[in-house]
Amino acid sequence: MARHVIAAVDELPPGTRKFLEIDGRPIAVFNIKGEYFGLMNRCPHQGAALCEGPLIGLAQSKDPGEIEYTKLGEIIRCPWHGWEFDIRTGQSYCDPRRFRVKAYPAQVEPGARVVKGPYVAETIPVKVESDYVVVEL
Amino acid sequence: MNIQFRESLEAASPPTTKTAIADCDIHPARATRTELYPYLAKRWQHHLEIYGVHAYQGMMEGPPYPKAQPNASRRDAYPPEGGPQGSSLSFMQKQLLDPNNVQLGVLNPLNTGQGIRNHELSAALCSAINDWQIDKWTSKDNRLKGSIVVGNEDGLSAAAEIRERAGDKNFVQVLLLSRNVEPLGQRRYWPIYQAAEEAGLPVGVHAFGFGGNPITPSGWPSYYIEEMVGHSQCQQSALASLVLEGVFERFPKLKMVMIEAGFGWAPSLAWRLDKVWQRLRSEVPHVKRPPSEYIREQVWWTTQPMEDPERREDLFDVVNWIGWDRLLFATDYPHWDYDEPSRVLPAGVSDANREAFYLGNAKKLYGIS
Repeated sequence: MARHVIAAVDELPPGTRKFLEIDGRPIAVFNIKGEYFGLMNRCPHQGAALCEGPLIGLAQSKDPGEIEYTKLGEIIRCPWHGWEFDIRTGQSYCDPRRFRVKAYPAQVEPGARVVKGPYVAETIPVKVESDYVVVEL
Repeated sequence: MNIQFRESLEAASPPTTKTAIADCDIHPARATRTELYPYLAKRWQHHLEIYGVHAYQGMMEGPPYPKAQPNASRRDAYPPEGGPQGSSLSFMQKQLLDPNNVQLGVLNPLNTGQGIRNHELSAALCSAINDWQIDKWTSKDNRLKGSIVVGNEDGLSAAAEIRERAGDKNFVQVLLLSRNVEPLGQRRYWPIYQAAEEAGLPVGVHAFGFGGNPITPSGWPSYYIEEMVGHSQCQQSALASLVLEGVFERFPKLKMVMIEAGFGWAPSLAWRLDKVWQRLRSEVPHVKRPPSEYIREQVWWTTQPMEDPERREDLFDVVNWIGWDRLLFATDYPHWDYDEPSRVLPAGVSDANREAFYLGNAKKLYGIS
């Protein structure tokens, strides 16, 4: 599993997302309140650029009239057909058996490690004093 | 708002397909509210500014249900230069026509001048929309063909608009909507069918409309999802009315295209019509043949929303009844329930049927060589 530097932390503040292509695969990386998540940016249903949709919550109901709304900001909704996926896991709630989107671990690495380590940014100038968002795939 | 858009179009391009296709349901939009004014007499420009429009439906501003995505459209379909989805020809070319190898794209403008109580205003707006289709779309990209939008509730002015456009190669069909003041087979609409038949133009019946009736036969539903399935119920009523009022009998060369309401319901509707017609035919002696015969001879169906049963054999059963020569592929671009051409048809379809499904049927029906 290779690691790829995708941005300096300052370039991906909370509430933002970044789209990029790694090894020919379209990837999106999200910063949700300081946590980072990577997803394949392609809906398994008909192939839309999944991560261009809004981040919403998960509406569930035990009985008609009772609505529980959780996972606020953690559910990505496809910009085409509205299929919903959990950005932490890639799980679909409407048909988890057949539809899942690939999730990629993303985290912050200190700049020193990025420079020295096996993963070196090709397109992003690496400054040792910064921290970097790294995605694994 | 947490919506962000692509940095470049290339990053978001859908999978490309080499198969040439026709797209029989594309929705062009106006970039600005006043974009039609150049095609409207001053009298109507001022009328719109002073009085607005008075529709048959109660909700004056837009459709009565929310639409799941902004403007009921794909979130990636906003043109880079601004304006609503579907309002930019150059972006439509880049996002839809070029990557999907669309050879024929049929435009079906919505929110035009149909379903307005003031029939003179309705006719003026429809005529303006038709001029606009030529100016902004069909004259600038010869893959695109327009639909003649008509003031549907006034059959005579609608027929006049059709006759005026007849023979104009910018247009390939007449456009009606499924929700009207009365079921579509009724006499007030017959001048439309007569003019279309004379002009050799199919009549497309697109889902939606502003007839003022509840969206389902049992009243106004609570949810948008009920409106979505209500389209097929509405088109079933429209089709039954067309058959039973004798429209197909009276206009045997008339071709109807049922747009955006599915087609899986067609066989069961036809079976039921045939059965009751055998028992009640004396009520409608002008219906001389089993209803299914008219339907199979004079009706075509666009695919979006493509039927998607769990077992592909179920889909094939339906299509085998309808006929592989009767389906017209459509994406419904830029709307959110868009069907991606490379993803809708399961494996197991012969090359000849695939070609007919994606392109051949449409070229034949619309007379495109």
